[in-house]
Parts: sequence; structure tokens; C-alpha cells
Amino acid sequence: MMADVRPILQVKDLYKHFGGLVAVDHVSLDIHPGEVVGLLGDNGAGKSTLIKMISGAYKPDGGQILLDGAAVSFATPLEARRRGIETIYQDLALCENLDASANIFLGRERMRHQLGIFRVLYRSYMLRESRQVLDQLDIRIPELRNPIRLLSGGQRQAVSIARAVYWDARLMIMDEPTAALGVPEQLKVLELIRTLRNRGVPVILISHNMQDVFAVADRVIVMRRGSKAGEVRISDTNENEVVGLMVGVEYTQVIKQIHDAPEEVHITTHDESEKDIT
Amino acid sequence: MNVPDVALPDANQSQPGKTPLRPLDIVSRGWSWLFLLVLLIFFSITGQGFLNIYNFQTIGADMSLVLIMALGQTFVIISGGIDLSTGFVMGMASVAAALVMSGLGSSVPLPVVVLAGAAAGLGIGLIPGLINGVVIARLRVPSFIVTLGMYGIARGAGFILSGGQPVSIQTNGIGQIGNAYLLYLLPDGRVSFFHLPSNLQGVRPSQIIQLLPFPLIFLVVVVLICAWLLWQTRFGRHTYAVGGSEEASRRAGVPVVRHTILIYVLSAFMASLAGVVYTLRFSNGAADVGDPLLLTSIAAVIIGGASLLGGEGTIIGTVIGALIIAIIQNGLIFLGINPFWQFIAVGVVIILAVLVDQTKKRLV
Repeated sequence: MMADVRPILQVKDLYKHFGGLVAVDHVSLDIHPGEVVGLLGDNGAGKSTLIKMISGAYKPDGGQILLDGAAVSFATPLEARRRGIETIYQDLALCENLDASANIFLGRERMRHQLGIFRVLYRSYMLRESRQVLDQLDIRIPELRNPIRLLSGGQRQAVSIARAVYWDARLMIMDEPTAALGVPEQLKVLELIRTLRNRGVPVILISHNMQDVFAVADRVIVMRRGSKAGEVRISDTNENEVVGLMVGVEYTQVIKQIHDAPEEVHITTHDESEKDIT
Repeated sequence: MNVPDVALPDANQSQPGKTPLRPLDIVSRGWSWLFLLVLLIFFSITGQGFLNIYNFQTIGADMSLVLIMALGQTFVIISGGIDLSTGFVMGMASVAAALVMSGLGSSVPLPVVVLAGAAAGLGIGLIPGLINGVVIARLRVPSFIVTLGMYGIARGAGFILSGGQPVSIQTNGIGQIGNAYLLYLLPDGRVSFFHLPSNLQGVRPSQIIQLLPFPLIFLVVVVLICAWLLWQTRFGRHTYAVGGSEEASRRAGVPVVRHTILIYVLSAFMASLAGVVYTLRFSNGAADVGDPLLLTSIAAVIIGGASLLGGEGTIIGTVIGALIIAIIQNGLIFLGINPFWQFIAVGVVIILAVLVDQTKKRLV
């Protein structure tokens, strides 16, 4: 595919430290159109810091971010958003007291003229456009005028995604999008991620849920202790290998032992401690 | 494509408790209307002379000061803040307006006196509003603290400006504007606009029908403008957004700092407007005239369904809230009940309003 030749996002040697702690240590990665990339790593591996630099929340201490081949630097998340890097967070992203359409157009309201001089909200237009983009993504919200507060977690997530799509996001970053959802809604969000991929919008998916990542991602990037521990295509790997990359080679042996003979290990320890007590 | 056909479970299926919410929502939102209706019926039956067009005009004119202040407060409370300084800002504005009006005296035409006084009152009120807004939005000090400080500052400034005494205006015609009616009907069939006809032989004052007092007309206009501002404009939408989630608004590109400053300027402007209206009605200005109205105006907003947590509230709700308070106060007078019971009655209604709101939230 020709489209895959030129990456939308290129990260080169990105570096960030907090005092003496190196949070992200010279990480490079490319994201191509229409691909879903899982970003995995244990707690403290540097995933969040890396993502926050890409989305404009942190300023890198070194390295480069290129969007469509041009070097960019964002002072705020808002700037990154204006350039098309959209981050979907668990919360904080929507105004719960407003309806879906108000949220989709928040900060970018469509106005119309009233009596020739006043500029007022063009509600019918915004409602129509919102319904259209939600329909395109096959998101069903029974009552569009209800405040977001009355929607389910998955529907809220979907509204965030619809907003990003409506405003032509170039790249979507999703941080644990399924964490707080029930199973049917998790599936719907994964389906939405596939829809985005089909529309050519690449997605960086940060998740603890290995099954989710394996269900939708084309590629995984594994972080460990601030560095990129590995980058593999989903079709060439399995969950064990990825876990191995996440926890590192020294733990892989332990895991293998436990995995191979879990009962023996367990029982022995148990018995010994019992003997010691009695 | 291996896209599973899984629909988002809508609210009906996944959360059965949420479906009956809509009728409940209507009841909880409509309770203030219902309560107002009950009050009207109750006082109409029990209070001799309550149900009367003149009395309703009086209620409307009397609540105008509280309601004008409450309208500004509605924006502040929806945005998730509170403005405690409005009472003394109103007093300060009335002092400034009265000083200018009495200073100009009869040296210039009456309309100039009125306009100059109004400009002085409204102009001076912008200063505390701007300071409130900047300290709250830029320096991120809680609105309760900042406006409590401004409560004291405006109080002191008002008294210093007035020399500790009420400033009364001797200029002829000032009080007439504030107390005039739009329409006068005379028993012989004559109709007059704006002021009484000069030729009034054989007509007793009690025979003249006076309709639509100026303060009431002015109030209706101000209410309509505020309702338009909150419901139709981007300013109104952003007010709700900031009250719903400041963080989400900022991320969405809402200019939160500028917007917050504007909201406190608007609140101070409305308080000053109340001060100017007061001066035109009573031909004087005093630093402490607005203080008793502060808590009443906040009560009107809360009874009207606004949430102190922000994000909720409407102009019509605030109007209903102010009406409920005004009718309780007025109706109890007709019942001949000791006026101190008014405070108790209004206090009970405030608590009741918040209880209804909380019950609603729990059921949601």
C-alpha cells in the first residue's frame, strides 16, 4: 500500500527526565496512516510520559516530533489538538452537563446571524452534523439532547471519538479506552477503533488489557524503564512474547518456571512454611 | 472485515434505572412552578386584596432590584462560582450615581443628568467586577474568598464615597422616572403614556388606573436580554461548559480565563444596574442599600434550580425563584403575619429547594 510509505507521525530520539529520573530515554517510533499501534508497558515504563509529549502536555528535553514530515513543537495540548493530534482520555474530556452535540462543537461552535447583527448558536446545524458523524461511526445514542451525564461510559467514549473524527483528527491517542466499561461496550469501542483504521486515521492504543491490544492492533510497541524494549507485528508474536518484552529477560525465566510447573513451586513453598511453624 | 455487530447498549437496556428519569426530571424541574402556583392560590384565598393587578405590579416592581442582581449571579453560579460582593457593589454604584445626579442638579437637562448618573454607577461597578474576575481566573483564588474580600472593599469604598451618609438627590424629576407608569387610564376614558395628564379636575387619584410601572418594564427587558445571552449565545454556552468542567472546556479550546473574567464583570454590572435603578426610584444612594438583597438574590438562583456545584441553572428558574420569595414576603403581609416570619419562610424554602435538588441527583 502506498499510503503506508509516509508516516503521519514520526518520533525521533525523544527524551525526557524528571530530575535524575530518566522517564523516556531516546525513543523513536513511526505511525502510518490506517494502522493501530498498541503501546504497552508496565507501570512506570514511560508510556504516559511519551504520550504526553506527543499530545503536548509535556515538553520534551530532547528529540523531535514530526507530523506529516514537518517538525512540530506544542506548547499546550490545545495546540496539538489544533494540529490534529487528538487524545481521548477516560474522563476530563467532556462536559457532563452538556449534550453530545454541544460537546462535539465545544469551543468551535457554529454560529448563525440573528436579525442581521447578533451571532447566535446554530443549534439545528450542530445537531444535524453531530447526528451525521455519529451515524457514520455507527454510534447509537437514543436521545441526543440528553446531557452526557445520562449516557453510558461507552457512549461517552464514543462521543469523544466522534468529536475527534468530526474535526478531522490526523492521529488518535487512546489512553485505556476500555478500562471502565462493561464487556459489550468494550467490544463497541474496539469496533470503533477498527472503523477509525478503515477511515485511515491511525490510533495509538495504550492499554493494560492484552486481549484488547491483540484484538485490534496491527503492531505493538513495548516500553520498559523508559526505553523501547521492542516493536513487533501482532501477526508475528504472541502474548507470552509481549509479556516477556514488558517485564524483561530476568523475569521471563521466573515466569517460565512458574508457568511450566506452577503447582510444584507453590506446594513446596507452602509445605515448608507449614513445617517451620509447627 | 471482522467487525462484530455489537450495538452500544442504550440507556434503556443497560441501566434500567435511567429510563423513568425523564418524567422525574420534569417533576424536579417543574417543582418550583408548582410551588409558585400553590403559593398564588393559597394567598389568593387567604389574603384579602392579594389577588389584585396593583398588588402584582407592586410585587414586580419590588422584586426588580433583587432579580436584577440574581440574574448576574445566575451566570456566576452556573459557571461554578459565587459572587458575594454584589450587595455592596450595588450600594457603591447607587452612591456614585446619586453623587453625580445631585452634583449636576438642574444645571443640565434631566436626561443628561440621568444618563451621566447611570454611566457613573455602571462605570464604577466594572472595577470590582474586573478585579474579582482577574484574581479568580488568573491567580486562581477561590471565588468565595475573592468576592468576600471585595464585599468588604466595596462596602468601605461606598461609605467613603458617600461620606458615611446616604446621598439624596434634590433634582426634580429623578424620582418620577423611577416611579412612573407606562400607561394611565382615566375614568373619563382618557389614556396617557409616561406621565399623568396635567388637567385632572374632578378626578380623584384613586380613580386613575396606573399600569405597567417602569421598573417592571425595565425588569422584563433585562430578563429577556439575560435569557437570550445565556441560551442563544456562545457566551452562554461557554458559561455552562466552564461550570460543567473547567478542564474539559480548556481542552476543547474555550477561553476559560477570559470567560471567567467576563462573568464576574457581568455580575458586577448587573449589581450596579440594580444600584442605578434604586437611585432612580428612591432619589438617593447609600452604601448599604444592596446588602440585604445579596442573600435573597443567591436564594432566588438556588430556588430556581441552579446548582452551587456549577453547570446547572436557567434564567427562567431564577425569575421563578425571585417570584417565590417576593410572593411569600408580600403574601405574609396580607395575612397580617409578623414580617419577621418572612425570613423563616424564605429560609425553609431555600433548604427545601436544595433538598429537592439532592433527591433528584440521588435518583439520577
